[in-house]
Amino acid sequence: MTSSKSTIDILVALDKESISTHEAELATQGIIVYDQFMLKERYYGDRFLDIPLIELAEKHGRERVMANTVAVGAVLGMLGLGTDIFFGIIEDTLNKKGSEIVKLNKDAFLAGYEFAVKRCLQCAFTVKPQNKPRMLIGVNEAIGLGAIASGCKFYSAYPMTPSTGIMLYVAGKAKEYGIVVEQAEDEIAAINMAIGASYAGVRSMTGTSGGGFALMVEGLSLAAMTETPIVIALAQRPAPATGLPTKTEQGDLLFALHGGHGEFPRVIFAPGSPEQAFYLTNKAFDISQRYQIPVFILTDQYLSDSQWTEGDFDINKFVHKDYRIRGDSLEAIKDYRRHAITEDGVSPFGVPGTSTRLIITDSDEHDEEGHITEDPEIRVSMVDKRLFKKMGLIKKEISPPLFYGDEKPDIVLFGWGSTYGVMKEVVDIISRHYKIAMFHFSEVFPLPSTEMLDYIGILRGAKKTICIENNATGQFSRLIKAETGYEFTHHINRFDGKPFFADLLARRIDGINR
Amino acid sequence: MVSIDDFKGKTPAWCPGCGNYSILRAFKETLVELDIAPHEFTIVSGIGQAGKFPHYLRCNTFNGLHGRTLPVATGIRLANHRMPVIAVAGDGDCYGEGGNHLIHAIRRNIGVKLFVHDNQIYGLTKGQASPTSMEGVVTKNQPFGVLSGQLNPIALAVALDCSFVARSFAGDIIHLKQMMKEAINHRGFALLDILQPCVTFNKVNTYEWYRQRVYHLGDNYDPKDRISAFEKSLEWGERIPIGVIYENKRQTFEERIPVIKDRPLIDHEIFTEGWRNSLQKALDEFF
Ligand SMILES: Cc1ncc(C[n+]2csc(CCOP(=O)(O)OP(=O)(O)O)c2C)c(N)n1
Ligand code: SF4
Ligand SMILES: [Mg+2]
Repeated sequence: MTSSKSTIDILVALDKESISTHEAELATQGIIVYDQFMLKERYYGDRFLDIPLIELAEKHGRERVMANTVAVGAVLGMLGLGTDIFFGIIEDTLNKKGSEIVKLNKDAFLAGYEFAVKRCLQCAFTVKPQNKPRMLIGVNEAIGLGAIASGCKFYSAYPMTPSTGIMLYVAGKAKEYGIVVEQAEDEIAAINMAIGASYAGVRSMTGTSGGGFALMVEGLSLAAMTETPIVIALAQRPAPATGLPTKTEQGDLLFALHGGHGEFPRVIFAPGSPEQAFYLTNKAFDISQRYQIPVFILTDQYLSDSQWTEGDFDINKFVHKDYRIRGDSLEAIKDYRRHAITEDGVSPFGVPGTSTRLIITDSDEHDEEGHITEDPEIRVSMVDKRLFKKMGLIKKEISPPLFYGDEKPDIVLFGWGSTYGVMKEVVDIISRHYKIAMFHFSEVFPLPSTEMLDYIGILRGAKKTICIENNATGQFSRLIKAETGYEFTHHINRFDGKPFFADLLARRIDGINR
Repeated sequence: MVSIDDFKGKTPAWCPGCGNYSILRAFKETLVELDIAPHEFTIVSGIGQAGKFPHYLRCNTFNGLHGRTLPVATGIRLANHRMPVIAVAGDGDCYGEGGNHLIHAIRRNIGVKLFVHDNQIYGLTKGQASPTSMEGVVTKNQPFGVLSGQLNPIALAVALDCSFVARSFAGDIIHLKQMMKEAINHRGFALLDILQPCVTFNKVNTYEWYRQRVYHLGDNYDPKDRISAFEKSLEWGERIPIGVIYENKRQTFEERIPVIKDRPLIDHEIFTEGWRNSLQKALDEFF
């Protein structure tokens, strides 16, 4: 499974409200677990499983609070998952509290487990056992880990849901990996601090959500003008303004693309899973250092607040290249100029204080040395260097989208970022009925060239092309049209604050094709 | 040994007679006397007449945005606290647009030295009121006179327990040099507010006006006493004290961050064999 669906298989109701709110969402085979003594109410019918959670807790776990453990036991029993995994976890986490506590937890768990195995006759769930251990990881952690493993040494941010998890993860590892994490007084300070640290020679990053990014845009433009590398994680949530702080939306693609005054190069990545986030964070750091530009990692609340099981991540695939010039190598450049005009537009990235060379830069237009100027010729050559020369090269770094499904599809699903999992699942669900395929973009700007994978050609060859976006206006669709001229035949947009669910999305696509 | 010529930069475009010239001269002489070479420190400046300061010098320079000198300077210090970092800003730059950053830089006690060229006016944008303009002063943009109260940066800094608070006057180079030296040598954040006549747009606070009022704090004054510092900080009008008004020995931010206490961040090597091997542990935690 790579996405959420709209229905619930097992609902553990610890109060009556949980039943009244969620009963309608129960799957056909779904079951509601409750305790008639806890809820002081009896429910009738096949879909209700009455388990004496409190009684079993008091009897086997000695205390009422153990009802939670009994419930976990019941769920695992219903799923037929065995007791080993849970026992292992209990031992790992509760060992500090002594063997007595471990035993009580195990007994309570077992009571729930056995009860469910005996009584849940209509339980038809099967869960495939995993033969190899897998990671349990969220996107914010994957970005934080990716940043640390890319040599990030400085993270400054102002807390804002749903981006805060990245800062929390990095802060938790600050001591071990030697990272300075600073909670800035506001987002303006956050990005300016990161730019300062980056100028001084350490890899730096900031993270925020739409409202905070609105405060950062002047700093973004500063990073561009001073050619100071920076990585910005932008975790989207529904806006305008404070919007729906704990819900999801893909509403800031065009904001990330156009934010900041003036014209300058930037790169935007939009991972669709922790695995993509991990590797793209490394690519973000590498490209940002190499071309001395801002690079975005765009996520959203759905991605940020979910946990995935993933196979192993391989750090050996990371690019670990140091583009800085320091000490003797900097000293050796006789006529060092921070913004020297070079063939590829990239000037030597000198680090101040490591040699007698001076590192000078300016938010005003500047000459090669870095000093303020209004000379029109220098202005034009700087724009040429900063923007045009670099942009051509950066475009070559961008990987093609992921193509999945029928090779010559009639229907093409098109999306970016967090819709990766749900689109893939939908392709699997409806490929029995249709010749269907999907394109998923995790590198969204600049758009990948069509040389390696002619996605525009495949779109043109299909009968129905559906751009699926978690926003109201189809921002990616507009970007595709602006850059390639291609117009989708259909759009599916969701902007009620919820992610797409595989079953509902499949139905909508089915509807389009009927 | 460094000499004045080592710091020769572009020819300043300031108006003849501008107080910035003497600040520039005082600064160069201070560097020579402290024997600090151009590559050994960094100036972060904002936007305004004061913001152009580093271009008229020769040194590592980050001329950033209007109001944002302190966050950039803080980032540089956190990356490399072996390097002296001096923030140069105007009164509008630092007390207006970037006021919030001042409060928090003082709270952190980050080892940045902030020199404010306080001309009590917006010079670059041609004469609007600044936060330190005196109440009632009429400008083209304030035809009814300045209605808001005058910001008192010295009192603000003392209230925040700033570890070094001083005022000097561009018309008293010897004093100014002394204050610059003490600020640079101070451990922790230093605020040096420099009264700087703007001969073109501030017709009230002229050289003459300042000369009649400023006086040196004598040897009897104890800058370590916070209550008397408060009292001193409130003096403005007929008499304006210059000198170190308040000083304390609070620990610096850099000293309190365990990660960089012993070694600046810039010295932490990345991409080494040992560093790469250490990463696996963080990955394994997810299994
Ligand atoms: C974000 C932003 N707002 C406004 C300006 C325009 N601006 C440039 S300098 C300045 C004020 C200058 O006053 P001050 O900081 O006191 O410096 P001075 O010129 O007096 O030295 C203003 C408003 C700007 N550059 N950036
Ligand atoms: S306008 Fe005022 S501050 Fe600016 S250069 Fe002229 S005198 Fe100096
Ligand atoms: Mg001013």
